[in-house]
Amino acid sequence: MSLSISHSDSFSLIEQLPILQILVPFVSAPLIVFIGNRKVAWWIAFIASLISLLIAINLLLLVNDGSIISYHIGGWAPPIGIEYRVDALNAFVLVLITLISSIVVPYAYKSVENEIPEQHHTLFYAAYLLCVTGLMGVVITGDVFNVFVFLEISSLASYVLISLGSHRDKRALTSAFNYLIIGTIGATFFVIGIGLLYMVTGTLNMVDMAELLEGKSSSSTVRSAFAFIVVGVGLKLAIYPLHIWLPKAYTFAPSVITAFLAATATKVAIYILIRFMFTIFRPSFLEELNVLDLVILPLSIAAMIIASLIAVFQKDFKGLLAYSSIAQVGYILLGISLMSERGLTAAIIHIFNHGITKVALFMVAGAYVIKRGGSLLTDLQGAGFTMPWTSTATVIGCLSLIGIPGTAGFISKWILVEAAIENGKWPLAIIIIFSSLLAVIYCWRVIETLYFKNGDSKIIVNEAPLSMLISIWIASLACIYFGFNTDTTISISDLAAKMLYLTSLNSY
Amino acid sequence: MITWEFIIGHLNYWFFIVLMMTGLYIVIAKGNLVKKVVGLNIFQTSVFMFYISIGKVIGGTAPIFPMDMKINNDVVYSNPLPHVLILTAIVVGIATTSLALALIVRIREEYGTIEEDEIFIIEQELDFSNTRSNTDKPIGHF
Amino acid sequence: MVPNISIFLSILIPITAAILNLVIRERPNLRDFLTFVASVLTFFCVLAILISVGNETTEEIVLLSVLPGLKLSFQVEPLGLLFALLASGLWILTHVYAIGYMRQNNEAKHSRFFAYFSLAIACVMGIAFSSNMFTLFFFYEALTLTTYPLVAHKGTDSAVKGARTYFGILIGTSIGLQLTAIVWTFLIAGTLDFSKGGILNGHLEGPLVTLLLFLYIFGIGKAALMPFHKWLPAAMVAPTPVSALLHAVAVVKAGVFTVLKVGIYIFGLEFLQNSGASYWLMWFAAGTIMIASLIAITKDNLKARLAYSTVSQLSYITLGVALATSMGVLGAGLHIVMHAMGKITLFMCAGSIYVATKKTNISQMTGLGKVMPITFGAFFIGSLSIIGLPPLGGSWSKWFLLMGALEADQWFMMLVLIFSSLLNIAYLLPIVAKGFFLPQENDLSQKYSESTVLIWLPPAITAMCCIILFFTAGHLLDFLAPIVLPE
Repeated sequence: MSLSISHSDSFSLIEQLPILQILVPFVSAPLIVFIGNRKVAWWIAFIASLISLLIAINLLLLVNDGSIISYHIGGWAPPIGIEYRVDALNAFVLVLITLISSIVVPYAYKSVENEIPEQHHTLFYAAYLLCVTGLMGVVITGDVFNVFVFLEISSLASYVLISLGSHRDKRALTSAFNYLIIGTIGATFFVIGIGLLYMVTGTLNMVDMAELLEGKSSSSTVRSAFAFIVVGVGLKLAIYPLHIWLPKAYTFAPSVITAFLAATATKVAIYILIRFMFTIFRPSFLEELNVLDLVILPLSIAAMIIASLIAVFQKDFKGLLAYSSIAQVGYILLGISLMSERGLTAAIIHIFNHGITKVALFMVAGAYVIKRGGSLLTDLQGAGFTMPWTSTATVIGCLSLIGIPGTAGFISKWILVEAAIENGKWPLAIIIIFSSLLAVIYCWRVIETLYFKNGDSKIIVNEAPLSMLISIWIASLACIYFGFNTDTTISISDLAAKMLYLTSLNSY
Repeated sequence: MITWEFIIGHLNYWFFIVLMMTGLYIVIAKGNLVKKVVGLNIFQTSVFMFYISIGKVIGGTAPIFPMDMKINNDVVYSNPLPHVLILTAIVVGIATTSLALALIVRIREEYGTIEEDEIFIIEQELDFSNTRSNTDKPIGHF
Repeated sequence: MVPNISIFLSILIPITAAILNLVIRERPNLRDFLTFVASVLTFFCVLAILISVGNETTEEIVLLSVLPGLKLSFQVEPLGLLFALLASGLWILTHVYAIGYMRQNNEAKHSRFFAYFSLAIACVMGIAFSSNMFTLFFFYEALTLTTYPLVAHKGTDSAVKGARTYFGILIGTSIGLQLTAIVWTFLIAGTLDFSKGGILNGHLEGPLVTLLLFLYIFGIGKAALMPFHKWLPAAMVAPTPVSALLHAVAVVKAGVFTVLKVGIYIFGLEFLQNSGASYWLMWFAAGTIMIASLIAITKDNLKARLAYSTVSQLSYITLGVALATSMGVLGAGLHIVMHAMGKITLFMCAGSIYVATKKTNISQMTGLGKVMPITFGAFFIGSLSIIGLPPLGGSWSKWFLLMGALEADQWFMMLVLIFSSLLNIAYLLPIVAKGFFLPQENDLSQKYSESTVLIWLPPAITAMCCIILFFTAGHLLDFLAPIVLPE
């Protein structure tokens, strides 16, 4: 495979796609505030999401052949200027973010109306778009300090968005505050790591940095930089013992925000981790430190088992899903820590598949919040009959979470198990399967409550609003679609994994 | 090998580490939410100072062009990039602090306190009551 | 072309019936009639395949490819065709029976019941015609999911609890063990296609073969090999038509059918024999046969007794595979049919007794034979077939299993088979004897009588089939022969 890097200074639209990707939502956010009308705000958010999705798909099509798009901000060539660098991996994550956003915004209309007081609506959509901007910026940029800035844009926006859940439950405030404290510590750690790397290399451009880091793997500065970055990002992505902020934040945030963040925010943090580990530090460094085997692998196993076990005992559907998210992050990290191309493919495809599964499930939880007054399991009793469409979608989402054949979850688990066995790590395959069994238990608690525990015998169909149902069903049908048609997802994650390894092979 | 040169030579690190640990300690140990934010600020500031100190070049002067734009190659400049980065980081830090303070105001409105342990007790009661009083919840506000 | 279209039709028609059931829930008569039409059509589709293909194996048709090498695809081969024929044929009878049962018993939520029932049949068709292990696994899991609502149908605490056991064991074993085995197979053999002579030969050696076999066999929880048999008695909380068709025919037979498929087409008989992998399996099967029979004797609840009898009888089939001889496998294949016919008769009789008298315990059935002669007559014939006495179908499958044990030089297994037949007598015939010969209470004939024709006719028909099967077993054997013939 050849790495063809294209960049140009012309101003044709297609050349400007990388910056447009960021600018569209970024400019829309203040626009919403200026206009100040909540209906218009929703339309702007929706259109901005759709345009971003189109741009992201376009970018993905451009890099689908293994090429790399390099965009120079303001015409300043890297490594001096800031570079936006799009390859298969981040184009794929960009599509995930914008796809989720385009699904979630239509859902938001009714859900926000119900959960957030009217005077906050425009600000809500503005903060939401900023959050999307931040997440996309983190993914698209090729400059490490830029990663930090965008990360903080998205984090600050998400603290605000989570705290907006206070209308429904005041605990949203304290969970947002806790998330803020922990998130800021994480981001600051990340900055320390970047500072140390800058000390060693004198550059902030990822590619440049990677080249300059070669042969410096024994430097204690580089090693401590790595440690700071892994812990800092680990706080954001909720690696098992650093996850404490996540369950409460996801439980009390507005449903739309939970759905969006669960599907994207942690995934973007994982993207940062992959990017730093494989593009900047390179696998040879990881092997030398043995950090994946000694740290990440045990933690991911702990996440898969302990978080799943905790999920089994949750009383709140959202809380249950939140703990399940922590467990699923464990699967992704496990894939990464296998240190093989197949394992990395499994991780990348699971980022996507788990994203669409979780967005479906959290949106469903939001529908229950509206119609049932809450998402506690006791609120859900008998909802299978009063909300048949919502509940069918719940079942589909749960099946995908478990990994039943014919759903997206099955595909990523299959590849993950395959990768584990391929590496001769039998016990890991067994642990993955054991954790899936725990998923059966917690999912089944939900389904049983929905269909076989009648709160009252009178059945009056009281479905969620149509706009919400459409979003929910798009997401759940996507769970099934990507369980059968795997050509796109697999070929892209395969390509992304190959490229991550290819760039690292050059360094040998 | 810890020598006198090592200790003096890394003086900025020692300050950075002491300040950073002080900040982290306050964040973790103090129950008052405002004090936590103060601790967070100290913590962040320590990192800012660390960045600024690594930009220093011995004998270097401020990286400003002379008015006549005639560059003298003998003049050593300090590295301006870390300073610029920290300008951004300070902005981020201010945004974080103001948001945190705003959240504290809202918490104070809802809970009537900003002490962590008191909030904890209130939340525990909420956790407990939620599991029991579910039947009288209104169904379908819509 | 005929077989290809018919395969899809046989899966799509039940699915359509399920959707129709949900759509026209307001008009029960039309709904039940349409489902009846669907069941007949499905049967004719399978029949069309039989006529056009006979006992040949057709080319596989690939529906879609999920991953390279992992595809959903179908194929007709004798064993699957026989299974499809059995399930679709008995669906017609069971549907008629279910209409009577559900209405007489005033059960709730008929539409949901019939919809999931039809979906379950669609899954069974998928299992029967699957041409690789992945497709089979897909429909296997789908079958568990679609039968779960049927088991929990009553919605009472005990039903939900039973359904939880049912679901937990079946999903747990299939994901925990069977999926592992499938991934393993895929990695070492590079394919999951069913092919004659197996796909594992030369890829695996020594104790690992045994390990893989056990992962498969215990992973197929539906085959109810001890210690994973608990779901079957637990599933008896379901309405009787479910127990009759699904837990005497479709679900459990899907389990042993999968065992046969794995034995014949994944491992290959020769490979099983040469590697000696199935030696321990034989003992597990024998143990299940004996222990389950003994437990059955202690059960007073009629359905529970029948459930344990099913557990025991299923292990005959597993034993047939474990013997890894051509006679044993043929006997196992025959036993799928014979036992299905016998057991569905017994279950439908149990349901008939329940509808007419609301009695579930054997100890209360004293003298009922004289007021319900048809039901008890059918029960008697069914029992004899399960025990394996001529002139009933069950005798042939036991005979071939015995021959298989002889062929494999397993004297002890022959003893197990013979002794377990004695146990069958001990737990089945007393029911009949109680019904017919013990003195009845005075007013019994005024209080009870046979219920509607919809309920007593189906078991009578299946009982007749048990007799017919005795005389047509030769054709069945010819039909199945290709599965054990070498290439």
